[in-house]
Amino acid sequence: MEDREIKIALTGNPNVGKTTLFNALTGSRQHVGNWPGVTVEKKSGRVAYKGYNIEVIDLPGTYSLTAYSMDEIVARDFIIEEKPDIVIQVVDASNLERNLYLTTQLMELGSEILIVLNMCDIAEDRGDRLYIDKMQELLATPVIRTVATQKKGLCDLLDKVIEQKELKQHHGHEIGYGNEIEEKILDIEKVLIEDEKRDKRYPLRWVSIRLLEGDDNVKGKIVNSPVYGRVMAIIDSIDQEEYEAEIADKRYLAINTIFPQMCTRANDTLTKSDMIDRVLTNKYLGIPIFLALMWGAFELTFAFATPFMDMIDLAATWASEYVSSSIHPDWLASLVGDGIIGGVGAVLVFVPNIFILFFLLSLLEGSGYLARAAFIMDKLMYKIGMHGKSFIPMLMGFGCNVPAIMAARSIEDEKDRLITILIVPFISCGARLPIYVLFAGTFFGRQAGTVIFAMYILGIAIAIVSAKILRETIVKGKPAPFIMELPPYRVPTLKTSLIHMWDNGFMYIKKAGTIILAGVVVIWVLASFPWGVEYGSEASYVGSIGHAVEPLMKPLGFDWKISVALIFGLVAKEIVVASIGVLYGTGDSSEALSERLLADSGVTALSSLSLMAFSLLYMPCVATVGVIKKETGSWKWTIFAIVYGIVVAWIIAFLIYQGGRLLGY
Amino acid sequence: MLDIQDTTLDTLKPGEKASITKVRVKGSARRKLFDMGMVAGAEIELIRNAPLGDPMEYRIKGYHLSIRKEEARQIFIQKL
Repeated sequence: MEDREIKIALTGNPNVGKTTLFNALTGSRQHVGNWPGVTVEKKSGRVAYKGYNIEVIDLPGTYSLTAYSMDEIVARDFIIEEKPDIVIQVVDASNLERNLYLTTQLMELGSEILIVLNMCDIAEDRGDRLYIDKMQELLATPVIRTVATQKKGLCDLLDKVIEQKELKQHHGHEIGYGNEIEEKILDIEKVLIEDEKRDKRYPLRWVSIRLLEGDDNVKGKIVNSPVYGRVMAIIDSIDQEEYEAEIADKRYLAINTIFPQMCTRANDTLTKSDMIDRVLTNKYLGIPIFLALMWGAFELTFAFATPFMDMIDLAATWASEYVSSSIHPDWLASLVGDGIIGGVGAVLVFVPNIFILFFLLSLLEGSGYLARAAFIMDKLMYKIGMHGKSFIPMLMGFGCNVPAIMAARSIEDEKDRLITILIVPFISCGARLPIYVLFAGTFFGRQAGTVIFAMYILGIAIAIVSAKILRETIVKGKPAPFIMELPPYRVPTLKTSLIHMWDNGFMYIKKAGTIILAGVVVIWVLASFPWGVEYGSEASYVGSIGHAVEPLMKPLGFDWKISVALIFGLVAKEIVVASIGVLYGTGDSSEALSERLLADSGVTALSSLSLMAFSLLYMPCVATVGVIKKETGSWKWTIFAIVYGIVVAWIIAFLIYQGGRLLGY
Repeated sequence: MLDIQDTTLDTLKPGEKASITKVRVKGSARRKLFDMGMVAGAEIELIRNAPLGDPMEYRIKGYHLSIRKEEARQIFIQKL
């Protein structure tokens, strides 16, 4: 017998454990965290169960279907347009009232709903009592209890999904909005139905209610309809703000009337989370603790990594020596030794840093502290023309700019979001670290740590100044209101953090094996041809390229070799180090490379400083450019980000180099 | 009953509770506040101010919500 198909969508408020449930159901390992907005795109997976092939789609979390932000629109459009067989709403049992608000809207959409009550353990530990049978009866929809983190209740859930699919009986009921509003809903429905070509996937009652609430997204969907004018006439006749308030009131009222029968809540006792917050967001301690945590994360990233880095370095040096002594002909030894091991090895040395960085970020995320960081920083962020929520993408940017820019999706306001996307590339990501470590380590000895820290600060400063400038010029306006849930603290699971670390760290290794490998081979070829020239000399192709751009780079203190490295670094910033490794032909070993740089490279302490600043700021890597295009949906902004970055980088590097020379360095 | 219209959410002190009477916030934030449970009749308590004084952390409908003073000033309450 052929497997029968069922399509289910997971929806629910942010941070209720949808992705944890998704992972438990499908065996995937999507990233979960403890702040609202971890899942910014829908993800799909499959599970085979009792002869059924079930497709599970994990939607971004939403508080409602009012399409206030982009992830809400993703979720809403999916439910309406793809018509999943069953919409599973994951409900946080410890936060029932607000979670049920979304339920009322899902019911209005006419979806086939199944409620999964998650985090019952948290609610019950707190002393709440949940009456599930009563809940099923009052909501007229099946309710299943799960503890997704412990994979409890999954079979019950899947059994229920199949049962509900086969029964095909419609559950759920609608909310009445009182005579006046109901009349208007009817009026609008009557007009809408006359349009034969209307999109029939959208229930009439739902469209009418949305219009009364002033939903511009829905308005946009009927703007070409012949009845649009008549619908608008009805909308214009009402006090729309009042209706909006009234409709929300009625929904919560409906919840309030049934809520006490489904759940008795313990008296508001002080939870552990409250006690932690008394310290972490304390008036006097909050900021020092925040700074200490950031500094600590930075320190750990370096301190823990050093022994591992030395080991990798040693292995690469050995491999490189082995290759040059045992491979023939010479050109092949050069390709493998100077090119591949030299280039890729120089990048792989930094794998330990990247792993630790992502592990720490994941701990911060999983604990719920990131939401507090936004809460603590909002006032400062507001002052520089940004939104508190922009702080989370900026912090993630220290790991990698690509997911950071995607995380900006949880920012509702388009302008706030755009500014965040444009400034995240100035946040120094893990890939830029190798450049600092190499040059600061080579030229600044014991002060290397301070120099590297200064680079991070420079990135942050440029990001802040850019935000301010953008706000005053092309993206005018004030940051949108800050309305954010502060979720209870949770102990981050080691497994989640390790998975997060591994997945992101592995991406870095994969990059070293693919795009960076290809990059170094290309550089090796360009450095070795035309045939017969001395490797990496001025007569080679890289020499010509380097010389072509040298006049532009000279005022910054860069010779042609550095210029070439920077050009290749556009593909991925790690390549700057890799190609310097290739061009100086040091085999591998950052030690050997350091010695070469010190000996006869023409790079000085001052020009290395200028180089670090330039590498930090100039155009984002190809992957980041790609995600900027995708997220802004605009070539204009993408090109702006590139040009702006290059110009800023040039100016700062110029100031550093020429300023330093004036001061006599 | 006269003073009801004059008391706004930003005047609440930590630990004080109130009942929301009217939300005068405009624009998209208005709907967002409704979504988050800031409707007439809802009980709300100020937990604390952020370390820099703004935004504020409230408890409403059993969970914690943070908003800025600027919005709180446009939300009318009756102290309990």
